[in-house]
Amino acid sequence: MTLDDFLLAFFSLEILEQAWPILWQGFKMTLLLSAIVVPLGLAGGIILALLSTVRHPLVRWPLMAWVDLFRALPPLVLLIFVYAGLPFAGFEVSAIGAVAIGFFLNTGAYYGEILRAGIESVPRGQQEAARSTGLTRWQTMAYIVLPQAVRNVLPDLISNTLEVVKLTSIASVVALPELLFQARQAQSVTYNATPIMAAAVIYFILLWPVVRLLSRLENRQLAGGR
Amino acid sequence: MSNWDRFLNSFFNARVAWDYLPKIADGFVLTVVLALCVIATGLAAGLALAVVRALGVRPLNWLIIFVVDLFRALPPLVIIALLYFGLPAAGLSLSGFAATWLSLSCVLMAFSEEIFWAGITATPKGQWEAARSTGLGFLATLGWVVLPQAVRMVIPPLTNRTIAITKGTALGSVVAVSEILGAAQAGVSFSFNPTPLTLGAAAYVVLFVPVVILGRWIETRFAWKR
Repeated sequence: MTLDDFLLAFFSLEILEQAWPILWQGFKMTLLLSAIVVPLGLAGGIILALLSTVRHPLVRWPLMAWVDLFRALPPLVLLIFVYAGLPFAGFEVSAIGAVAIGFFLNTGAYYGEILRAGIESVPRGQQEAARSTGLTRWQTMAYIVLPQAVRNVLPDLISNTLEVVKLTSIASVVALPELLFQARQAQSVTYNATPIMAAAVIYFILLWPVVRLLSRLENRQLAGGR
Repeated sequence: MSNWDRFLNSFFNARVAWDYLPKIADGFVLTVVLALCVIATGLAAGLALAVVRALGVRPLNWLIIFVVDLFRALPPLVIIALLYFGLPAAGLSLSGFAATWLSLSCVLMAFSEEIFWAGITATPKGQWEAARSTGLGFLATLGWVVLPQAVRMVIPPLTNRTIAITKGTALGSVVAVSEILGAAQAGVSFSFNPTPLTLGAAAYVVLFVPVVILGRWIETRFAWKR
């Protein structure tokens, strides 16, 4: 195989031009999907983290089991279970509904663990001081503890968000027309790898700055703090 | 038939479960083999890159950083699609197993290189200097003095990352690897009953819950002393 053949198979401008409109649609869908599942996961995570501050064993043990269960199941398994399984139980779910449910359960558990660690990193004295000024439990949580908790685990939160955005690519498996799905469609029509290559490049351009930022944050954490 | 009976008959159908148990068991073995292969090559490659990076050759390090960033930014499923659906266009066909193995190994290599490197840089400079002054060479210092301390330090994040990436073996189902999820999906379409999916999910729980709990334990056991 010559270099020309290789370029033609992976970097054909002609194919790229043909595939670009649907790749662009896919890209927008990926952004939309991320804009739905990241807040959803965060909301789930905050609920789990707040519940983890309750010391009662009837809350603690089921909560731990819940988190470990959804951290143990691969996200794709969860998605397929929701998408292919629920109709048998009499619930029709759309692809996007299945993605929302699956991501809520999976990423919620991960965000929950991160936020829990964050809350635990805030010294107890902070809560006691806040309560003694007359703030209620919820006010203390919302205005004193959570902001500090989030700051302490910011690199982990960003890192998890990066993983969630990358993970939206599994929605292609349930035929949701996001970037990877559209690239696969274009590839199977043209029998040329350029569309998938283009999708990879788009993901890289979108996420590289986040990776760089993370690398820097992690290094700073190592150099200072510890 | 009541709704509850219908639910049980769908998701916990004993006859279907009995029929597909052997297939799921085969899938289980394949998942374990794939996971072990990914862990072995991914961690070895990551460690090798970190060692090369410690040599401090500028252009080489830029290359390593770029490769690491690349595989941190790309969704694993996109890499798998590129290798499995894209490479044939260049006249090279990989099996689904090989494509999944190679892709996940690259991802684990990237993440573990970052983590090993963080451990190496976090080892105090005095350790290097003391070891070198006793007459140890560069590689001997790295291998006998620095790495043992560095690896110990980074065991918790390394474990968590390895678990997360290993769960990606489920992505193999997209490229016709009949690991647990693939076997379960095939079972659902043959039997038109979601019980094989329930079995598959249970298989993942059996496989990964102990691992997640082990990860939790390691996190507290090897926690960084402040």
